[in-house]
Amino acid sequence: MPLEIIPILALLLVVLGVVGAIYLLTYLLGPRRPGDVKLSPYESGKEPIGDARIRFPIRFYLIAMLFVLFDIELVFFYPWAVVYRKLLSAGSFILIEMVIFIALLLIGYVYAWKRGALQWD
Amino acid sequence: MTFTQPTIDLTAVSPLLALLATAIFLLLLPLFFRSAGRALLAFVAVIGLLISGVCLFRIPVVPISGFDRLLLLDPLAIAVHGALLLAALLTLLISLNRVEDEYLNYGEYFSLLLFSLIGMMIVTSTWNLLVLFLGLELFSIALYTLAGIRKMRADSVEASLKYLLLGAFASGFLLYGMALLYGASGTLQLNEMMLGIEADASTLALIYAGVILLFIGLAFKAALVPFHMWTPDVYEGSATPVSAFMSTATKAAAFIVLIRLLAHSELAIRFPWPQLLIVLAVLTMTVGNLLAIHQKNVKRMLAYSSISHAGYLLVGLTAASSSGDQAVLFYLFVYTAMNIGAFGVLSHMGVSNADERVDFESYRGMGYRSPFAALCLAVFMFSLSGLPPFSGFIGKLYLFSAAVEKGYVALVVIAVLNSVASVYYYMRLVVNLYMRDPAEELSLPRANAGLKAALFIALLLTVLWGIYPSLLTDLLAGISRPLP
Repeated sequence: MPLEIIPILALLLVVLGVVGAIYLLTYLLGPRRPGDVKLSPYESGKEPIGDARIRFPIRFYLIAMLFVLFDIELVFFYPWAVVYRKLLSAGSFILIEMVIFIALLLIGYVYAWKRGALQWD
Repeated sequence: MTFTQPTIDLTAVSPLLALLATAIFLLLLPLFFRSAGRALLAFVAVIGLLISGVCLFRIPVVPISGFDRLLLLDPLAIAVHGALLLAALLTLLISLNRVEDEYLNYGEYFSLLLFSLIGMMIVTSTWNLLVLFLGLELFSIALYTLAGIRKMRADSVEASLKYLLLGAFASGFLLYGMALLYGASGTLQLNEMMLGIEADASTLALIYAGVILLFIGLAFKAALVPFHMWTPDVYEGSATPVSAFMSTATKAAAFIVLIRLLAHSELAIRFPWPQLLIVLAVLTMTVGNLLAIHQKNVKRMLAYSSISHAGYLLVGLTAASSSGDQAVLFYLFVYTAMNIGAFGVLSHMGVSNADERVDFESYRGMGYRSPFAALCLAVFMFSLSGLPPFSGFIGKLYLFSAAVEKGYVALVVIAVLNSVASVYYYMRLVVNLYMRDPAEELSLPRANAGLKAALFIALLLTVLWGIYPSLLTDLLAGISRPLP
């Protein structure tokens, strides 16, 4: 075995030892007073109301999906904008590429719009 | 850093562009003209497919590569694009016959079909791993949606979910394999993977692990045996035209990528590919056929039969020669015609009973009630089981003789035995068509013109390629190893 690995193993042992010791000490020294409140989920200090797994309108899902889609596509604009001026000297290729990209994006937007994905009721 | 503009070769992508424009048009058309009916949309889609076919025909025979070698159109790619276009055309035509639930949006349905076609065409015409993954995901995601297109039916949604979960799992394997290959070689071009790296043991181990993972991902798409579990459930739950498309076009795409993967002998040095392929071929054929024998539902029978046909294709792949590749392509064409034809008759039968549980019994006496459909079904069954003079026989002959040329006699013997066993379950259907009296009144609605056209084309091709195989083999003669 190469010698370089010994410090890493030593570190691993120390970490495991320290974590184990802390757990052991809490177990031995800490007071235990179980209660209902401690087991309830934390909701910013409020009394929990009901189950989190309820039915909610599927429109939330649709809106979230559209948001993620267009958000990700927006991210592509930033690097393009940064290098735009520099690469324009090599021809209009970079401009045409982005026009095609936006055109495809726009088709998706029109589709979502006309299909009623942006309508709330 | 200097920026060089990639070479843009519009000839190479013209079939894809035609399909893309049609797909987008189909998506938007029903939104702006609510009166646009099924027939008009199908007409637009067929026109798009034909334009794409013409563009494909105009691509020169010599391999061309566009977009800085991201896209490669060699004879192999062009040939399989032809098969894929044929599959899409027949699927479109048989889709017209279905009396679907009112929620089906035909614009979306057709454009999803075209998008998956585009994905398959991208997958089959590249050496680049990233483009490969892009195309694979494009057609897979479209197919996951297509499997669940009848969204008010529980079995359709179940099929879609099963396909999505298992398909995503397989894509994970594929991506992991690609990552290992890239890490080991530093290039994404599959055909340059072994150039410029010294072949020490640890790099080779990485490359082999990567190739195996890639193989597993593709084997899932092609429904080879240890990875076939999803096939019957998904085919049964999807709309019948969608199952027809999945069983033929997906298989074609996956097998072409397998050829590309295995054709690079540098990737395969000291790796026992032939042994692995022989084991998989025997398993796939035998398991597919044995399970098909027990099926009561005709659609499930065709699903298992499609697994066994993947096994026959593997026999051709094992040969690893120009003639083997040509035989695989020939069989993909033939299989596309006869299998989509068979599914077309099935979808027509499904029209008469709502839950589509079409078992062998319900075909009793069909030969006297709707003679043309029954005749077509009988011919497709004869062809699928590999009886002369139909094209299924010639296809198997080419596949098996390519394997014999390379000395895999035992494998071919097993394949022939399997083929004989398969006659039993195909003939069971034909016996029901002609030799049994109908148990109850069989009332089939009249077949739609689209279905009739599709059945006619499929019948014509199945018979014609069986009698004059040179019509097809001449087109495939350009395919040769080593691939460019």
